[in-house]
Amino acid sequence: MNNKNTSRRDFLITTTNAFGIVGVACFAWPFIDQMNPAADMLALAKVDCDLSKITAGQSATLIWRGKPIFVRHRTAQEIEKANLVKLADLPDPEDDSSRAQRPEYLIVVGICTHLGCVPLGQNPNEPKGEYEGWFCPCHGSQYDTSGRIRKGPAPTNLPVPKYRYVSDTVVRIG
Amino acid sequence: MAANFSNSLVRWIDHRLPVFSYLRHAAYDYPTPKNLNYWWNFGSLAGISLAIMIVSGIALAMNYTPHVNHAFDSVERIMRDVNYGWLIRYIHMNGASFFFIVVYIHIFRGVYFGSYKSPRELLWILGVIILLLMMATAFMGYVLPWGQMSFWGATVITNLFSAVPLIGESLVTWLWGGFSIDNPTLNRFFVLHYLFPFIIVSIVLLHIVALHRFGSNNPLGIDIKYPNDTIPFHPYYTIKDAYGLGVFLILFAGVVFFAPNFFGEPDNYIPSNPLSTPLHIVPEWYFLPFYAILRSIPDKLGGVISMFGSIVVLLLLPWLDRSPVRSGHFRGVFKIFFGILLIDIVALGYLGGKPSRGMYVIFSRLATAYYFAYFLVILPVLSKFDSSRLLPKSISTPMPEVNGIE
Ligand code: HEM
Ligand code: FES
Repeated sequence: MNNKNTSRRDFLITTTNAFGIVGVACFAWPFIDQMNPAADMLALAKVDCDLSKITAGQSATLIWRGKPIFVRHRTAQEIEKANLVKLADLPDPEDDSSRAQRPEYLIVVGICTHLGCVPLGQNPNEPKGEYEGWFCPCHGSQYDTSGRIRKGPAPTNLPVPKYRYVSDTVVRIG
Repeated sequence: MAANFSNSLVRWIDHRLPVFSYLRHAAYDYPTPKNLNYWWNFGSLAGISLAIMIVSGIALAMNYTPHVNHAFDSVERIMRDVNYGWLIRYIHMNGASFFFIVVYIHIFRGVYFGSYKSPRELLWILGVIILLLMMATAFMGYVLPWGQMSFWGATVITNLFSAVPLIGESLVTWLWGGFSIDNPTLNRFFVLHYLFPFIIVSIVLLHIVALHRFGSNNPLGIDIKYPNDTIPFHPYYTIKDAYGLGVFLILFAGVVFFAPNFFGEPDNYIPSNPLSTPLHIVPEWYFLPFYAILRSIPDKLGGVISMFGSIVVLLLLPWLDRSPVRSGHFRGVFKIFFGILLIDIVALGYLGGKPSRGMYVIFSRLATAYYFAYFLVILPVLSKFDSSRLLPKSISTPMPEVNGIE
């Protein structure tokens, strides 16, 4: 009798505590989620680039969602160089053809995958690194002409953003 | 109740709210070992530094605008137009550096004299928590002026969290409140930079409660045995602390007035530009040893784990060093390794400010290896083999072998 009462009380206490914890967790979520990107931030989703202004060998930098986007009009040698590499030699193996919808235009997010610096190599007077792509000054990561990581602490290739060609000369990122 | 204050108003209040009894107990009667040396000054200096940071910070916040378009200019306005703004900002800027100098000395005082050992483990852990909160506060404060180093320092440090497996990317987006460091980030960093120092104040209070539970450690590292081992805190240590404060303030004022940008980076006087990373980014000097450890590991996740690990070993220190002798004073072999540790940390600080190539990388790896070896191998092994000399019977008992007097 006494025993039975105790266990019923235990049950009530446990359920009360469990519901209390779930309640507090539900209450906490809005306060955590308010720190995530707001709707207006998510809405800034698309940016266009006129490719006719970029001649072969030149690069342009756009801003998309606050991040730099590298557009490089690659020369024939640069494309060839990217294709000659054996996949087995890459830390993050990816074919060049899967990274550029049209081989002449390489479009990547210009943020080092190590700790987020902007790699050098967009301007003609900047070092491009040993692989003639980009060189990150922060901790020395080197990217090739396909934006793939070749050397240094960065774990992955420069990511390719979602984009599509809206006309022959205009590409839309986002 | 020992409420025999001469002032009747004080007596009236204390009877109802015993704050005066508490203060008298904590900073007046508090029985303190009579043999404390100058390394024991740095606790009170740390408290005073915290107060200086809060007072100067509140004054800055009255003139500062946490918005990406205005932050840099509002700090320049503080420097040029606000009455004494330059002074208040230079106090705050250099106050952070002095605060870290004081706290680092305070910590290594503890490492040498074994202040982390039983029964002071929680006191020690609270101290390490204060260090972590200070680092977070200083990091976020450095972002506020929104110069090039602010922006890129923030980028690199927040990106450390992207190394966390699976949730890394969403964690960083959450910290930023966007897809890069931007206005939401600056705004929240300002709020947290204002909040954290007050959390530090509350942990400092707990730190002091834990301290007064068993009293201060002392250079001999032995427990208090007789009443004449101690002297009252006031006037003996209030005056000694006041003297130390005077020396501290002279040095502090020297830097504030004659070399206010000595610890700073000129690049932070260039407004931030999200499209161009400065050629050589370095964190504030007080983070350099940790930065060197981060960079010495060629793997992203491994580097981040080692960097946080370098603080975790401090938390575990009471259980890594099992030697029953507290004070390094009586541990001959320990002294050598401790000396090397100090040199090692200074070397890490130097290497953290150098580009990561060539010999610098090799030396960073060696120095990182020694840092971890000290805590994880040398101390545990030494606790078994260290042949400690005879300990004195009490603080008041002269010990010929130790003091060199017959
Ligand atoms: C643990 C205590 C604190 C530390 C270590 C700290 C550290 C820092 C640092 C390193 C800076 C950058 C200085 C610069 O380069 O310009 C800064 C800026 C700032 N801090 Fe603090 N701070 C502390 C407490 C506070 C408090 C309590 C407040 C406000 C109530 C505050 C308000 C500000 C403001 C408004 C700025 C931006 C203005 C400026 O950059 O000079 N700080 N803080
Ligand atoms: S951020 Fe590019 S190498 Fe570290």
